[in-house]
Amino acid sequence: MTEASAATTTGSAGTSGGSATPPGSGSALPKAPTGIRGLDEITGGGLPRGRPTLVAGASGCGKTLLGVEFLVRGALEFGEPGVLVSFEESASDVAANVASLGFDLERMQADGQLVVDSIHIDPGEIVEAGAFDLEGLFLRLGFAVDSVKAKRVVLDTVEVLLTALPHEAVVRGELGRLFRWLKDRGLTTIVTGERGKEELTRHGIEEYVSDCVILLDQRVSEELSTRRLRIVKYRGATHGTNEYPFLINERGLVVLPVTSLYLAYEASPERVSTGLPRLDHMLGGGVYRGTAVLISGGSGSGKTIIAAQMAAAACGRGEKALFVSFEESPAQLVRDVASVGVDLRRWVDGGLLRLSARPATASGLESHLADLVGLLDESEPALVVLDGVMGLGQVGSLAQVRLTVTRQLAMLKSRGITAVLTTLTDAGPGATLGETSGLVVSSLVDSWLLLRNVETNGERNRLLFVLKSRGSAHSNQVREFVLTDTGAQLLDVYVGAGGVLTGTARLSQETADRVAAGRRGLDVERRRRVLHEHNAQVEAQIAELRRQLADEAAEVEQFAAELDQEHGVSADARVTMARQRWADPPPNRSAAAEPGGA
Amino acid sequence: MMSGHSDESQDVPDPATGNPAVEYYLRLYVAGQSPNCVRAVDNLTRLCEEHLPGQYRIELIDLVENPTLARGDEIVAVPTLVRRLPPPPRKIIGDLSQTENVLAGLQLPEAGG
Repeated sequence: MTEASAATTTGSAGTSGGSATPPGSGSALPKAPTGIRGLDEITGGGLPRGRPTLVAGASGCGKTLLGVEFLVRGALEFGEPGVLVSFEESASDVAANVASLGFDLERMQADGQLVVDSIHIDPGEIVEAGAFDLEGLFLRLGFAVDSVKAKRVVLDTVEVLLTALPHEAVVRGELGRLFRWLKDRGLTTIVTGERGKEELTRHGIEEYVSDCVILLDQRVSEELSTRRLRIVKYRGATHGTNEYPFLINERGLVVLPVTSLYLAYEASPERVSTGLPRLDHMLGGGVYRGTAVLISGGSGSGKTIIAAQMAAAACGRGEKALFVSFEESPAQLVRDVASVGVDLRRWVDGGLLRLSARPATASGLESHLADLVGLLDESEPALVVLDGVMGLGQVGSLAQVRLTVTRQLAMLKSRGITAVLTTLTDAGPGATLGETSGLVVSSLVDSWLLLRNVETNGERNRLLFVLKSRGSAHSNQVREFVLTDTGAQLLDVYVGAGGVLTGTARLSQETADRVAAGRRGLDVERRRRVLHEHNAQVEAQIAELRRQLADEAAEVEQFAAELDQEHGVSADARVTMARQRWADPPPNRSAAAEPGGA
Repeated sequence: MMSGHSDESQDVPDPATGNPAVEYYLRLYVAGQSPNCVRAVDNLTRLCEEHLPGQYRIELIDLVENPTLARGDEIVAVPTLVRRLPPPPRKIIGDLSQTENVLAGLQLPEAGG
């Protein structure tokens, strides 16, 4: 019901948050920066200078803090001293309340940068007896403003006057005069007001403030409390009309996004390695610095490992990295990725890598955002991993998570930080490619790696696809992603007639190929051996024949010798006989043997 | 509750301590010579003479001249009459033209004793 009245007010200033004109351009209204993180971005530079701004909200929303921070930052960062008039708390209470945020009000007062004037009015103590005005307030305020030459004033909560003092009409008239007085003096003023049921504020303070109205709100949904800020009205200036989550952390108020509403960040031509050379190649040489990489995949598909490897690669280049895990503790993360050879411990010890673990459910989305802001401020990394971003879905609706991730990415991009997001795809067995990321953040990222578990032959194997890589030609190839002792590696998958093969199927196919090739080799070998054997056989046969021949020859020789002997004996006998007969001269021995040999 | 007593006791001597006979110690805050303030001064003196002859003392503080003094008694509206004695402190705002309200505020009996 309260939304309805607020919405009508919004209509008048209805410039959409995503409008194309950057803030400040052509805006005649000078602005006073608040120094509050994020607020200046959505207001396009700050509050209307020299005019009052109404900050309305229920008690405990952070109205006072917004006002105090406006004054403190104004004095410290912009050289504009301020005056705080507190109608609800004593000066010491205010100082004590903001001391935890590092605001030292007492010192600032001593330094002449701030005046805190608390005005306590006890209605039960006051009796009205005739005409009066609020000149006392004017004099006090004027004196305070003059004493520090203030440029900024916060009245917290001025409507107390309406209840504490009699004659509301008189007080209203005086309030009107007060706002004119503030404007005439060119004081940039924040007036806080209690949120009303029907009206914007309980006492209709908004009637005096026509330039800028900011609404603070604190809601509890599903047991998680979130604070939101909305600019209901900002005369003469474009502004974001959304509800922006904000939070109060140890540094003060943070309105999210803390980045511009406009997509105007630098585009670096530099590519950075993912730490996986083959993946770099698939992406056309790595990812562009300052872009966002989404790694999505099923459970246990190796998302975290690739992300860790990218972080390690950044550290290897001497850059700082931040690893934010929404699922694991730092110790567990270090141990787990160490098991596949990714050494994060080394970089943590070396101071280049910062690990941060915040269970997704530990706080609201806004707190997660704020944590990131704080971490970025502290460690100024070149690469940030947000591991398990999908887990944030447990603490917000899908739209809210998407918004949160959008803001996280915008924040990182605006700072030129390379972002690596991992998210779980709920790709069941029936899912085609798991290309519909549950988070639907894919349109926000520049590169998208999809890891798929493929179940075949009773095993799960990992496949890596590059679904998207803005600004670069990228591989259309699927790679098998294997985890080795030295980190993740990408292998060619076996692409054959039977389709894409992975894991042992790939191995067995490769083996089969090897065997076939081996078999052909074996064939030649066998034939060679056969030939060799045959050769040996023939040789043996030849040797046998030669031996037979030699035997034959020897036989013949022996026969001849025997024959000669015989012949010799008979010749001798003939010679002897001839000698005895004294007949013919002795015959030629060889001639005699010749005919015998034939 | 009110912290008004202590602060400006150095600035403004407290006649109550010096003169125990004074029962009513009243402080009137004004801002220059505005009609309301002029009327308030007139109304207060007349009223005191009528109802508290010899028992009162009025201290007039002009916030235009001494704006810091507004802090002590938490003065916002002008004119404001503060009854500092007898305790507890009471505040009456306005030009004091409504006599009954002033008397009630000072907790004076209408009859005047």
